[in-house]
Amino acid sequence: MIMGSNMAECHPVAFRWPMKAKEKGAKLMHVDPRFTRTSAMCDIHAPIRAGTDIVFLGGLINYVINSERWNSDPFFKEYVGNFTNAATLVSPDYQDAEDLDGLFSGFDTQNRRYDTKTWTYQRGDPPVTHPAGEEQRYDAAVAALLPGIPKTDPTLEDSRTVFQVLKRHYARYTPEMVENVCGCPRDKFIQVAETLLENSGRERTSAIAYAVGWTQHTVGVQFIRTAGMLQALLGNIGRPGGGILALRGHATIQGSTDISTLYHSWNGYLNAADARKQHDTLRDYILTETPPTSYWFNFPKFAISLLKAWFGDAATPENDFGYNYLPKISADHSHLPMFVMMHEGGIKGFLAIGQNPAVGGQNAEFQRTAMGNLEWMVVRDFFETETAAFWKRPGVDPTTIQTEVFFLPAAHVSEGTGTFTNTQRLLQQHDKAVDPPEDARTDLWFTYHLGRKLKELYQDSDNPRDWPIQNLYWEYMDPEENEEWQVKDEPSQDLIMREINGYIWADKKLISGFADLKDDGSTACGCWIYSGVYPEEGKNRAASRKADDWVSPEWGFAWPANRHIMYSRASADAAGMPWSERKKYTYWDANKDSGQKDANGNPIIGAWVNAGSDGIDFPVTKKPDAEPKEGGTGLDAIGGNSPAIMKPDGKFWLFAPSGAVDGPLPTHYEPYESPVTNPVYKQQRNPVAKTWAVKGNPYHEMEDAEQFPIVVSTYRLTEHYLSGTMSRWLPWLAELMPELFIEMSPELGDEKGINNGDWVTVVTKRGEVEGRALITRRMRPFVIEGKTVHEIGIPWHWGYQGLASGDVTNDISALVADPNVSIHEGKVFSCNIRPGRRSAPATELQQRLIASQADIPDVDINSLQCNDSLGEVCNG
Amino acid sequence: MAKGMFVDTSICIGCKVCQVACKEWKNLEGEPDHFQEVDGRLKAVNFTGNSYDNTGHLSATNWRHVRFIEKITPDRSNVAWYMMSDSCKHCAEAGCLEVCPTHALARTDLGNVIVQQDVCNGCRACISACPYGVISYNRQTGRVNKCTLCDDRIHNGLETACAKACPTDSIVFGEVDELRVKARQRVETLKTQGFNQAQIYGDTDILGGLNVFYLLLDDPEVYGQPRAPQLPQKNLISDTLVSIGTAIVLGLSALIAFRERGSRSNQNLAEEKVEP
Repeated sequence: MIMGSNMAECHPVAFRWPMKAKEKGAKLMHVDPRFTRTSAMCDIHAPIRAGTDIVFLGGLINYVINSERWNSDPFFKEYVGNFTNAATLVSPDYQDAEDLDGLFSGFDTQNRRYDTKTWTYQRGDPPVTHPAGEEQRYDAAVAALLPGIPKTDPTLEDSRTVFQVLKRHYARYTPEMVENVCGCPRDKFIQVAETLLENSGRERTSAIAYAVGWTQHTVGVQFIRTAGMLQALLGNIGRPGGGILALRGHATIQGSTDISTLYHSWNGYLNAADARKQHDTLRDYILTETPPTSYWFNFPKFAISLLKAWFGDAATPENDFGYNYLPKISADHSHLPMFVMMHEGGIKGFLAIGQNPAVGGQNAEFQRTAMGNLEWMVVRDFFETETAAFWKRPGVDPTTIQTEVFFLPAAHVSEGTGTFTNTQRLLQQHDKAVDPPEDARTDLWFTYHLGRKLKELYQDSDNPRDWPIQNLYWEYMDPEENEEWQVKDEPSQDLIMREINGYIWADKKLISGFADLKDDGSTACGCWIYSGVYPEEGKNRAASRKADDWVSPEWGFAWPANRHIMYSRASADAAGMPWSERKKYTYWDANKDSGQKDANGNPIIGAWVNAGSDGIDFPVTKKPDAEPKEGGTGLDAIGGNSPAIMKPDGKFWLFAPSGAVDGPLPTHYEPYESPVTNPVYKQQRNPVAKTWAVKGNPYHEMEDAEQFPIVVSTYRLTEHYLSGTMSRWLPWLAELMPELFIEMSPELGDEKGINNGDWVTVVTKRGEVEGRALITRRMRPFVIEGKTVHEIGIPWHWGYQGLASGDVTNDISALVADPNVSIHEGKVFSCNIRPGRRSAPATELQQRLIASQADIPDVDINSLQCNDSLGEVCNG
Repeated sequence: MAKGMFVDTSICIGCKVCQVACKEWKNLEGEPDHFQEVDGRLKAVNFTGNSYDNTGHLSATNWRHVRFIEKITPDRSNVAWYMMSDSCKHCAEAGCLEVCPTHALARTDLGNVIVQQDVCNGCRACISACPYGVISYNRQTGRVNKCTLCDDRIHNGLETACAKACPTDSIVFGEVDELRVKARQRVETLKTQGFNQAQIYGDTDILGGLNVFYLLLDDPEVYGQPRAPQLPQKNLISDTLVSIGTAIVLGLSALIAFRERGSRSNQNLAEEKVEP
């Protein structure tokens, strides 16, 4: 099932595989507001109004758990009862959205945030532990924090079991509700549900693929959660042909979250040091961040090895490996609040490296205006992008802009050696084929030499704040590698990969995996999840290209530890036997010599094995029926029937007692801007959605529904790439999709007097965008609560530069985001359309808008620095 | 042994990489008509409003053209979006070959038909001879051009650029006979999956067999392809016979007409001689 994704158009190369599966008889389904090139290839297309995915998915959950098949085939209860937290008891203080008309217990109306303490498990008493003294090592200190064991009812009948709580939560998500709220005909919905049910179980599995059609919503994380729950209920997690594929939005963006370019995350998904948390010292940080159970118990090893990789010899136990010199985050520093700050004059310099916020940013003219407040900006790209040219965009007098813009030419992918990490967590190396032209250089070259020059500039400073730059371990040059090339000072990708893989610091001997990492500073590792990419001298898994017609475990490196399917303990039943011969993957072989020895040096017999040669995502010698150890930490606290080794209880979470700030169970809220009053609850929108009440960013409230009655979604086409920086400059691509167009149904066209090819203008409170009307029956009106709701779609690739130029679609979207991860809601908002051209240039419209908002107070930059719409305050 | 391509439109995702790979390999420029000077800058202006097809038709600089056909009932109960990557069919019996006066158009040992650029004089007879509208005139070079089946690549053991680039293997290059077997099997499979109109277009029943042939999910007309294309010589025999017949009739008529006239003037001369 492809949902929240237009896979054929946006991931055409990956779409090869659904096509191969289709040739072998697989059923493909596409759930989407539009009928796209993906839908054309699928057996079923189920149309839904943008933003109503939780109703659809919740409807699927409700249908599945009440179906005859799910209740009579023992597979489902065995899988769900053993591998998920269905049996765990939820706190009696927890109140559900069904009880509070759309809210969960713990909502603080004044501060607009949840106190999540009622969303917890019922637990037994915590084990008796000795309080950790200051001198104790981390393991012992964290062990003192062991909570009580969660209480369970394996029959799933107790009304406080997660299963019953879930069942009640989704009881109203019927096929009728799906038809009423999503606008999807109920027989189409039932067809999808039946197909999923038929293709799940011992003999068959189903997979779900999604992309930014799910992430770019104020309830994006919850959309994805619902799918995870559905797959867990269907028994599809950790099994071949099952699971959930997150089709990432850009090439190697998986890599850029793994080796983090995100402000709040250090490499390998370690939380960044945060001034708002108990993170004052290294010990505080470790005790706050390390859970006593699950594989994350090894957190200190990952964190300290990372610090050692960063600072090398300068990182010692005595100086806490340099931790105290690192800046701590103090608020949400992600893209949107950063641009709000920039708009208010609070940011001096900005580097846009392969990024084009002038087109890709929400409320784009707001962001372009913000850039005018910078003192300097560096843009690295292939062409003079809209961001690089923001100061001379249409409607702007360049003499009024003081920003100094440095445009540096970037080398292309084939002009440097590097790696991509894409969907499936697969790391693949690509080799340099040719030198870049003239002064163009790779991002690697730029970053390395920038760091080198900064180190030179700061070398004589005695300000402790400069310690991290002065002491950055920065030895990445290997002149031998550059001999055959013109560019002689390209840093060595190989040296960097060695550090990322990890080695023993003293002799730089490669470690074979993250199990060898230590928390005493003897090992260095740039990213623990990538450990094993260089398992030994001379072996580079990222460059390996052996394909087979199964899982191809020797193609590239899948983190962690080259395990291509994660959580694969779930591909065997409670006793460790494969669910079926057909779906045999990882299973228990009681007679196999595990290769490990016990305390007396005797071989340990009995191990998990894989039907091929994929890595085993489970402790190899833990018996399928092993009980958790009393007072055990790390994986000792996880039983043999708990495949989710990164979760504190080892179970797939149907109910999320932690991790999401807007609810433990996904529930339907309307998009932040919607012409529809929430038919499901009184609570209209996500109560903790991130918003910014600043000039130039007005929202459509419910009273604006009549003025902006049309639902709009923005999306991508195959022919262009993101903001068009790489595609709109090439004649071959420009002529494939030359001009911005707006897709709408013939019904809407008739209503507004718009013919195919006419100029139309789309209007929101933020601005106007003009394009050519593309009238097509692939767009359809929806009937919601008995009323017609129209939806239009606009690709967002165009900008004022390049061969294929046009209006910036994002001029009409708003700064509003998901509260968990600050991703913008770009996939759905409301608008109106009229025939004819835009009334004025974007700059003029924005100026008029800001002039009309004199009643909104100016923002205090200092309050922004420490402001978080979640209401947390920073220390000091 | 003829080489060609099997284009299976049932797995074509309309991505147009075939169009771009072709241009890349042959170093073809963007279609000149598609770009105009606007406010001192070159701008792409070829939005057609015809589904996702802004290419429009094959031309001297577009040797692949993906067609998009939306077949959707007003109540949306039947929704289909067909995508077909059109190109020269390298017909076994090629109309263009027949009419070319200079033999610029020639068939190689692998069965593909190419236009030798150094021989072509731009007479354009081939353009109307092609039932598919494949060949076009290039105003810059003064010659016509079209898909060569990547003549240089296939004579060096490589597949065509479009086949190589196609992500779903919708375009497959190989021996035409083997491809035909694969295609017929595929049609049977599709029919069992409920695609009742699945058919091969370009099997031996069309112009002797198209070396670049298609699997369509509907009738050829839906895809803008002629159901029964003809060679220019289709009327050759009948036309010739008619010409000969006309010549005979005209000749006989002329003979008859002048014979009478001839006998009349003899008679006049005879009448003039009688007077003293």
